[in-house]
Amino acid sequence: MTDIVLTIDGKEVKAKAGMTVLQAAQQEGIHIPTLCHHEKLEAFGGCRLCMVEVESRGWTSYVVSCVYPVAKDIVVRTRSEKVDKIRKVLVEELMAHAPDAPELIKLAEEYGADRNRFERDASFCIVCGLCVRYCNEVKQKNAVGFIDNGARREISFIPEVARKECWDCQECFTICPTSYAQAAYLLSEALAFPGQRKKIKAEKPLQPKSRVIPIMPAPVTT
Amino acid sequence: MSEHTIDGIIEKYRGQPGSLIHALVEIQHQNHWLPREVMQKVADALQVPFAQVMQIASFYKAFSLTPKGRHEVHVCTGMTCHLRGAAKLRAKVEELTGLKDGETDTDSRFTYQTGACLGSCSIGPELIVNGKHYGRMTPEKIEDVLKQYE
Ligand code: SF4
Ligand code: FES
Ligand code: FES
Repeated sequence: MTDIVLTIDGKEVKAKAGMTVLQAAQQEGIHIPTLCHHEKLEAFGGCRLCMVEVESRGWTSYVVSCVYPVAKDIVVRTRSEKVDKIRKVLVEELMAHAPDAPELIKLAEEYGADRNRFERDASFCIVCGLCVRYCNEVKQKNAVGFIDNGARREISFIPEVARKECWDCQECFTICPTSYAQAAYLLSEALAFPGQRKKIKAEKPLQPKSRVIPIMPAPVTT
Repeated sequence: MSEHTIDGIIEKYRGQPGSLIHALVEIQHQNHWLPREVMQKVADALQVPFAQVMQIASFYKAFSLTPKGRHEVHVCTGMTCHLRGAAKLRAKVEELTGLKDGETDTDSRFTYQTGACLGSCSIGPELIVNGKHYGRMTPEKIEDVLKQYE
């Protein structure tokens, strides 16, 4: 198949048909910020942070690069005044939910986002869906899923599955940008199968090496 | 509704993950709500992860994850009904039943829900009980309507 030639940040880039703009940029070492993207997972397009400017036949539009397919002769700009502004507001909105998430703090610095711009609604989850999709697509255990919709959407562990599967995995804890996946798991453990942890530790004293990440004390910021 | 009917619905879709929504719609229609055990049965029979059944069931407002009362009372809050005084109807229904939007009373008599544009603007503002439309409603008439439902 012939390569598709497009321009990203002034550089001529070759990509295969079916690739996304994000993949084309990444293979050239051009950085586009992402929150809900994971190379092992299907594109999700949930966080919108990877938004870029695309110029095609004289028209400029703003597209989500992790789901937008490459096309011949398009001109992509990964940063522009407007792109930066969009990312800044997105980060500000997410920080209302997870004000101390390290990735967000870094992004806030880069885009000049004000973490106190929107009223706090500290749900700690930014609904990036990484935990849900990882458990479904990679581990195929479906121990955690989405519930509800719109602004009330949240993730929830299914206790019946979690009690069997999660102890030996815990991989979503490290993928989660906010540590909420771990918190949500521990909460379901406490509610639905308390004490299981002690039993497992007694039965398999050396194993498993626990991957629980210590939750850092939140930096005190104003 | 009998377990028998629910099982019948589930059997019809056994092994068909793509029919998840159909199965849930039919069970909701028969049973008026989706108990957790039933969703687990659906998951097993249709070979869909339980988490996905939960996701669908909690996503659409048409499904109820809590038991419903014997009678479903709706007040339309669509634009037309609103302009014609739906807020007063809501206040009256809430006063008479003691329920807030989405709630069911302890003796399972009523479930009260608001909804936007229930499709009969010309007779608004309206109150709907068990699918029966009561048009041109006034707060004064509500008590007599609800009395008919025990
Ligand atoms: S718990 Fe973490 S990984 Fe899961 S959706 Fe929320 S922020 Fe994303
Ligand atoms: S990385 Fe593209 S929308 Fe989240
Ligand atoms: S607004 Fe009430 S029926 Fe349309």
